[in-house]
Amino acid sequence: MNIKKGSVAAHVVMGLMAIYFLLPFWWLLVAATKNNEGLFQSASLWFSDFHLIDNLKVLFEQDNGVYLTWLRNSAFYAVVSGIGSTVISALAGYAFAKLRFPGRNALFALLLGLIMVPATALVLPTYLLMSQADLVDTVWAVILPSLLNPFGVYLLRVYVADSVPEEMLEAARIDGAGEVRVFTSVALPAMKPALVTVLLFSMVASWNNFFLPLVMLSDDQLYPLTVGLRAWYMSAIMGNSGGATFNVIVTGALMAIVPLIVAFLMLQRYWRGGLTIGAVK
Amino acid sequence: MTEVKTSPAAAPAAAGPSAGTGTRRAARVKEAATGWLFVLPFAVLLIAFLLLPMAYAFKISLYRSTLIEGEVFAWFDNYKQAIDDPLVREGVVRVLIFGLLQTPVMIGLALVAALLIDAATSRFSRFFRLAAFVPYAVPVVIGTLMWGFLYSDSVGPFAWTGIDFTSTGTVLASLGNIVTWQWAGYNMIVLYAALQGLPRETYESARIDGASEVQIALRIKTPMISSALVLATLFTIMGTLQFFTEPLILQPLNPGAITTHYTPNIYAYQQAFSFQQYNYSAAISFLLGAVVFVGSYIFLFATRKRSALQ
Repeated sequence: MNIKKGSVAAHVVMGLMAIYFLLPFWWLLVAATKNNEGLFQSASLWFSDFHLIDNLKVLFEQDNGVYLTWLRNSAFYAVVSGIGSTVISALAGYAFAKLRFPGRNALFALLLGLIMVPATALVLPTYLLMSQADLVDTVWAVILPSLLNPFGVYLLRVYVADSVPEEMLEAARIDGAGEVRVFTSVALPAMKPALVTVLLFSMVASWNNFFLPLVMLSDDQLYPLTVGLRAWYMSAIMGNSGGATFNVIVTGALMAIVPLIVAFLMLQRYWRGGLTIGAVK
Repeated sequence: MTEVKTSPAAAPAAAGPSAGTGTRRAARVKEAATGWLFVLPFAVLLIAFLLLPMAYAFKISLYRSTLIEGEVFAWFDNYKQAIDDPLVREGVVRVLIFGLLQTPVMIGLALVAALLIDAATSRFSRFFRLAAFVPYAVPVVIGTLMWGFLYSDSVGPFAWTGIDFTSTGTVLASLGNIVTWQWAGYNMIVLYAALQGLPRETYESARIDGASEVQIALRIKTPMISSALVLATLFTIMGTLQFFTEPLILQPLNPGAITTHYTPNIYAYQQAFSFQQYNYSAAISFLLGAVVFVGSYIFLFATRKRSALQ
């Protein structure tokens, strides 16, 4: 009896929290179906006239269809920096865990210390260096810094040390496999779960990135979604005529998070796996 | 890799008494070469996008650019100026207050949620786990835009309360709510993962001794996951000190409340890109980075018995 009472209370608390976490999504879904007038005049948590299709049309036509360009850019930055940083982290993580080379411990100690360096403090000096190399306002300015993932290297090193047995590598060497072959056909398959998590986390970090592209890019054809939507929002708030209206921005925000949430729900077991590597170790 | 095998380091060994040591040493040289080859791309990136920018920021922070003389070496003048700058101080005090209030609320919420889903195993608790974690998948910019609309007195659902969510007095709490909404679920999953790693038998003996579920949660489970709690708190504090995106997005809603020196990061950004004060901006960034870096280390050191990063 007591347990049941406690369980009901627990579910009530969880229910209230779930409403808190989901309310903004509900609002966004409802708001994206309204035109700009309806957005301001109807009850904000319920549907009125249905204009989602019109909103989508305007969204993709606004400013010569720049939204699609932003969407493509975000996807491009996420895929290239995600895959690139995962490959680089996998090589380094494996080497730190399984190969002896002079300077290994020093370099790894350096890496551990540098994990603590706040990323935002580096954006400005990186911008200045990039501008001296004439790379500002190019895709490289966004992609190259995103390839560095010290935490990914750390996670993969921990994972490889625990779950790739030395004997397997040794056996492959005795069979005459070269070091590169040992890595690609013995170590990599064993690293798969950790690789998927590092890939997911770095892709999402890049998809969500804002500060770096904000500083590096001034050509709106190169913007990712985050910087582009913010630019629209700014001009809408300032009341610039001819810009995107609020309903278009709301629809743009919905379109930007739907693919992410779908991917997230499909891949959730990898997410939790990744957080566990980081948390419980 | 043939050139490695015949390198001078390996050659004398091969001529030594035992041919076995020779091949072993050759293998070791080969391993070292492979090791360096594998870490090379990472090491290059580390230098180019971490060490070099840090060194560069430090260098330019020691200079001052003047109209008459150009770039002049000024020792630590920029740092002195930053420490004396009331606008920097205001921002630092603000992020500290923010961190002290928001961090315990969010970690507390995440802990309660994690304990609940650890204890309750129903279909609803699985749904709840997802609901709490979904905000993490939303880019900070878009999460903040959404809350900006929700706070609005014309399109938001809370207009009837008559509260102005972006006034000078309330905006810090409004920002705290956004951060809590976005990250509580993430921290919940981290803590939940730690709870899942605990030995279940421990609770059984407590139950036999008559402990209630609440007592077990607070007196047994919570202390046992203190290392995860410490790490979650650390990452939250590090993030708080670098507070940037949320206030920048909300700024146009009330520029009087969210000033251009609202947080140290926004101030540094403003100094660099609105006033071209790169030297001063670098000093502020470097100072902030150093505080975060040293602070994290002190925090980890002070709690090292409880944290996993020993």
